[in-house]
Amino acid sequence: MGFRLGKAGGYSGLRVLTEGLFGNKGWKPAWRDPAPKDSYDAVIIGGGGHGLSTAYYLARNHGLTNIAVLEKGYLGGGNVGRNTTIVRANYFLPGNSEFYSHSLKLWEGLEQDLNYNVMHSQRGLINLFHSDGQRDAFARRGNAMVNQGDDAVLLDRAGVRRMLPYLDFDNPRFPIYGGLYHPRGGTARHDAVAWGYARGADMRGVDLIQNCEVTGIDIEAGRVTGVQTSRGAIKASKVGMIVAGRSGQVAAMAGMRLPVESHVLQAFVTEGLKPVLDHVISFGMGHFYISQSDKGGLVFGGDLDFYASYAQRGNLPMVEHVMEAGMALMPMIGRARVLRSWGGIMDMTPDGSPIIDKTHVDGLFVDCGWNYGGFKAVPASGWCMAHLMATGESHEVARRFRQNRFETGHLLDEEGTGSQHNLH
Amino acid sequence: MRITCPHCGDRDRREFYYMGAEDYLHRPAEGAAPEAWNDYLHLRDNPAGVTRDLWYHEQGCSAWLLVTRNTVTHEILGVRAVDGEAAE
Ligand SMILES: Cc1cc2nc3c(=O)[nH]c(=O)nc-3n(C[C@H](O)[C@H](O)[C@H](O)COP(=O)(O)OP(=O)(O)OC[C@H]3O[C@@H](n4cnc5c(N)ncnc54)[C@H](O)[C@@H]3O)c2cc1C
Ligand SMILES: [Zn+2]
Repeated sequence: MGFRLGKAGGYSGLRVLTEGLFGNKGWKPAWRDPAPKDSYDAVIIGGGGHGLSTAYYLARNHGLTNIAVLEKGYLGGGNVGRNTTIVRANYFLPGNSEFYSHSLKLWEGLEQDLNYNVMHSQRGLINLFHSDGQRDAFARRGNAMVNQGDDAVLLDRAGVRRMLPYLDFDNPRFPIYGGLYHPRGGTARHDAVAWGYARGADMRGVDLIQNCEVTGIDIEAGRVTGVQTSRGAIKASKVGMIVAGRSGQVAAMAGMRLPVESHVLQAFVTEGLKPVLDHVISFGMGHFYISQSDKGGLVFGGDLDFYASYAQRGNLPMVEHVMEAGMALMPMIGRARVLRSWGGIMDMTPDGSPIIDKTHVDGLFVDCGWNYGGFKAVPASGWCMAHLMATGESHEVARRFRQNRFETGHLLDEEGTGSQHNLH
Repeated sequence: MRITCPHCGDRDRREFYYMGAEDYLHRPAEGAAPEAWNDYLHLRDNPAGVTRDLWYHEQGCSAWLLVTRNTVTHEILGVRAVDGEAAE
């Protein structure tokens, strides 16, 4: 790529040491704060994980550097900074399987590539099962993962007990039969992922423009010509809409209706504890999954609140369900105090799978529909969206993420739950 | 969140099953083009603000309800049975 980490400063152990010797006076802001120019070759709407990674790979892989990311708030203030940080490649369907596999490989080289510590931790993910039928389904999924070249190990009850002795194995309603273990699954520090991509894009010349809300999309004779923003008009012949839960509103600016309904998803964190949970664990009989952050907080979540919402907070019934499920699975956490809960707005599609595609307007592209699983997708989504915006062709691992699958019926319904936005 | 069912009165949200936007009331005619089915099943206005959606009073009177509410504040603005009377 021929790119040098210039005086602005590469990060390294040596640098930490030398800065420490000189009062840490040499650290600079990790990116510039430029004013928007009148025109760019390409503009990305949305400074979340996917928008930032798209900008980064446009510059890194395709040499497009006269570009801007327009973010209505601050970088990383959306879902990329609100999720429970699970990174995995345990998908089943062709279309999803190769995409998430590609993403996990990018994660594995990300810190070197970005020269940024995103705290990617492959601590292993265990999805528990509680019946013979569920075991069969997980065995099949595990085989699909292995066929894709990723890793999966089917654990029986004794195998789970060896790894996770603190679970309630004898719960009369939800006995644990075993688990599907994905050793390369794990977590990453969500904010650091946004910051690392932001810094990498900025160093390659991308303008990251915050407090800049896109309010209109300019279209002339079927071609996009630019956007209207709260900081003035900006011309661009290529525009990417990458705004997660706000996809419906932004697409409407271009006269589009998307197969997306926005729903709130909640998450919770406890006070910091000494290390107790070494893995990521998901319960198979209720909506509950958990891991422990490096600060020691137990980070856990459940399912959607189940009705369309733009409130970045949830309702109490799901809080109650998540707490009950957690207590059913691992009663040892009952005395930990919950510090905070919050919500993020999820762009739910009717089949639970995303869209990375062109639109009916030339030069206008859309990347959305990440449901509640888009954090792990940040690297590959940016990689594939950049490929599409630069070359006009779908990347081979994202070739099934087209909008027309909803018209032709080629849905990617990973969970097999049917065509309803809130069921995935 | 509480929903006032026209038959049962003011009830906890947990008694209701959410289906989705009112688009589900506009089922295309048999033999309609794929675009019409795509509109009906998948494409949504998805407003941030006032919306109308379908709820089923599963643990109550089993009526399908059309609820007008605000997706940003969670305020319920009106409820009526899909085939009949309104609450208040
Ligand atoms: C509680 C919770 C838990 C989750 N857990 C996981 C998990 O464990 N693993 C996983 O893989 N995924 C998880 N997710 C999903 C994941 O966080 C999202 O799918 C992903 O972050 C969405 O993409 P993004 O990062 O680009 O979105 P965002 O960070 O939301 O970025 C979109 C940006 O667009 C901006 N924007 C919107 N409208 C405009 C406009 N008009 N002009 C300019 N800017 C605009 C917004 O301000 C926002 O910053 C979780 C989500 C939540 C809420
Ligand atoms: Zn009723």
